[in-house]
Amino acid sequence: MHALRRIVALMKKEFLMILKDPRSRFIIIGPPLIQFFVFGYAATYDLKNVSYAALDESKTAESRQLLSRFDGSENFKRVKTLLSDREINTVIDREDARLVLHIGPEFARRIHSGRPATVQVIVDGRNSNVALIALGYINTIVSKYSEDLAEDSKVARRGPGLVLVSRSWFNRNLQSRWFIVSALGGIISMVVVMILTSLSVAREREFGTFDQLLVAPFTPGEILLGKSLPGMLFGLMDALIFCAGAVYWFGVPFRGTVAALITVLACFIVAIVGVGLLVSSLSVTMQQALLGSFVFMMPSVVLSGFATPIENMPQWLQLATHLNPIRYIIKALREVFLEGADVHMLWPQIWPLIIMAAVMLPAAGWLFRHRAQ
Amino acid sequence: MNGSAHFRMRLRGILRKEVLQILRDPSSILLAIVMPMVMLFLFGYGVSLDAENVPIAVVTGDRSPAARELAARFSLSRYFKSHTTTSMAAAEKAMTEGTVEGIVHLQQGFSSDLATRRQAKVQVIVNGIDANRARLVLGYAGGVLEKWGAVRRSRGEPAAVPAVVIRPRIWFNAAADSRNFLVPGLITLIMTLIGVLLTALVVAREWERGTMEAILVTPIRRLDLLLGKVLPYYVLGMLGMVLSVVVGMYLFGVPFRGSFAALFLLSSLFMLASMGFGLFVSAAIRTQFAAAQISILAGFLPALFLSGLLFDLQSTPRFIQIISHIVPARYFVSISHTLFMAGDVWSVLLPNALALTFMAVLFIALAYRKITKRLEG
Repeated sequence: MHALRRIVALMKKEFLMILKDPRSRFIIIGPPLIQFFVFGYAATYDLKNVSYAALDESKTAESRQLLSRFDGSENFKRVKTLLSDREINTVIDREDARLVLHIGPEFARRIHSGRPATVQVIVDGRNSNVALIALGYINTIVSKYSEDLAEDSKVARRGPGLVLVSRSWFNRNLQSRWFIVSALGGIISMVVVMILTSLSVAREREFGTFDQLLVAPFTPGEILLGKSLPGMLFGLMDALIFCAGAVYWFGVPFRGTVAALITVLACFIVAIVGVGLLVSSLSVTMQQALLGSFVFMMPSVVLSGFATPIENMPQWLQLATHLNPIRYIIKALREVFLEGADVHMLWPQIWPLIIMAAVMLPAAGWLFRHRAQ
Repeated sequence: MNGSAHFRMRLRGILRKEVLQILRDPSSILLAIVMPMVMLFLFGYGVSLDAENVPIAVVTGDRSPAARELAARFSLSRYFKSHTTTSMAAAEKAMTEGTVEGIVHLQQGFSSDLATRRQAKVQVIVNGIDANRARLVLGYAGGVLEKWGAVRRSRGEPAAVPAVVIRPRIWFNAAADSRNFLVPGLITLIMTLIGVLLTALVVAREWERGTMEAILVTPIRRLDLLLGKVLPYYVLGMLGMVLSVVVGMYLFGVPFRGSFAALFLLSSLFMLASMGFGLFVSAAIRTQFAAAQISILAGFLPALFLSGLLFDLQSTPRFIQIISHIVPARYFVSISHTLFMAGDVWSVLLPNALALTFMAVLFIALAYRKITKRLEG
């Protein structure tokens, strides 16, 4: 009973610390929200308006038809029409266009004689991912054009064409925004929680108020609990706001259950608070606490599967990612949003988080006592 | 003593203090040296956007030799690791459980279509959650089909020649290796971390700890204070940059086609712009907690999301593109991509360099104004 009162008193102090300062009050809500919206728009692998230059040496109805399909696509935007292949170099070098479609003089003649006509595509590879995706789009447009030529019997055909009919589950139009935005809330709320908790003990140490806290009638466990609860509450609140934003603003479908979402977020936030307190009790100054949390956050975001697939990593690194709490929340959020997971389906992501929380929090408590003496 | 000797003495004093402070706190060395190495290592070995060995299920509802041969082609491709099955239900179950990421379905009648009709259809179902990966998988599947068509033609079997084929050439990065694009971008991130985050703390710390008052009573002037804060972290940041470039080039074999003089000059500009921003935040806010938050939210995260380092800026909505113009990292990502892969293309480098110069001057001037020698903010 007394313990409870003491914890409540300590929590009150922590809340006051965060809320009394208008700057830190704003920081908990304002910037994360702005970030969420700005990054939600910025973080996509889908290409729009890829600038291209056309070099049409064929100048026939066929070549113009093909180019008009590019002009009609929202993925491409013609920025230049070249007259000679000597211009290709400068256009790509200077980044005036990201790719050049070069249709040779033989284009129409080859189509009509039943030989394959080629379109040379020169892509700027400085961003290799954009290059590959753009080539994929080009391939789709050109194959469609080829098939249409055959369907309209404009070209003679010797034998059947092989056609790929594609369908995609969970995300019919293959919008990569769904993939990123569903997980973005997890990342941003983690940053908020990490900074709040990792600085909480270090700040007291640097200001010298830590000693006062130690002589107050609190047990180390109570101090830890009082320090961690505000972080958990703010983190969960932020995360839920972001999830609502993903659904209502960005139109990401929410196919799972709210119970599953809250359960997995709560487990994740508790685990992250554990990490934050661990960093906090290891550091003497706020700078150390902050840099310490960066040393944790940067690699673990990189290895979480948030922006690049875990499956592309070498085997040993894939194994190592199992120790990364962010890996689980990213996967869980995508399953809840897009695959329609409930608590039962999320269990494989939930239990590792529970174990991590169960290890981190006592470890932080032990270190905390250990370093306090 | 004349004025410049005084200046030198004051500068030496404050520099000595700052350098000692850096050397005595292992966390700043950790950030400047260890962190870049860890990140480079992870990006070099771990992170890749290039899919290989994607697990797929090949469902053959058709037992003809043609269908079996095509199924074998999928298992031979280095992009796929295929499991052949005859039951669509089993494949769909594997896809739901996440053990395969795509299904190639050769429906019943595939071979008879192939023999008699104008078109034979191959259905490919992908898991669309990771849309980027799904697109690559569809592209690879198309490639397998195309190759098989070519093999059939070369054996004299009927298979239509596609009327139009594309001959792609990827310049600067012929194999489209994502590492060549990620490592130069990473250098931007590392420099931002040192430039913004470390410097954001340094002035705020003096205020918060009350040591600023101690400095205020010394004959140190504003300019000395600013230079004393800028120079040591500049050296630290450039050290991190050089280290990253060397490791990137020699360990990961990322090509560097520009000149080192250009790299040094342009990265100095970027470093100054980042540090100017960090110092400005630090001097304006005066508490480490808030300065750290701002520098992460306004410095570091935009450098990750709004710089074109990972996500393509040109495909974002217009207002995002406008916002991205105030992010210094945006200009340096473009510079480092060009320097590493294309060379000294001044028509790309120059506009970016101008923007960075402008930002460096602006932020450092703002920081200079904000570092007052008065106690009241």
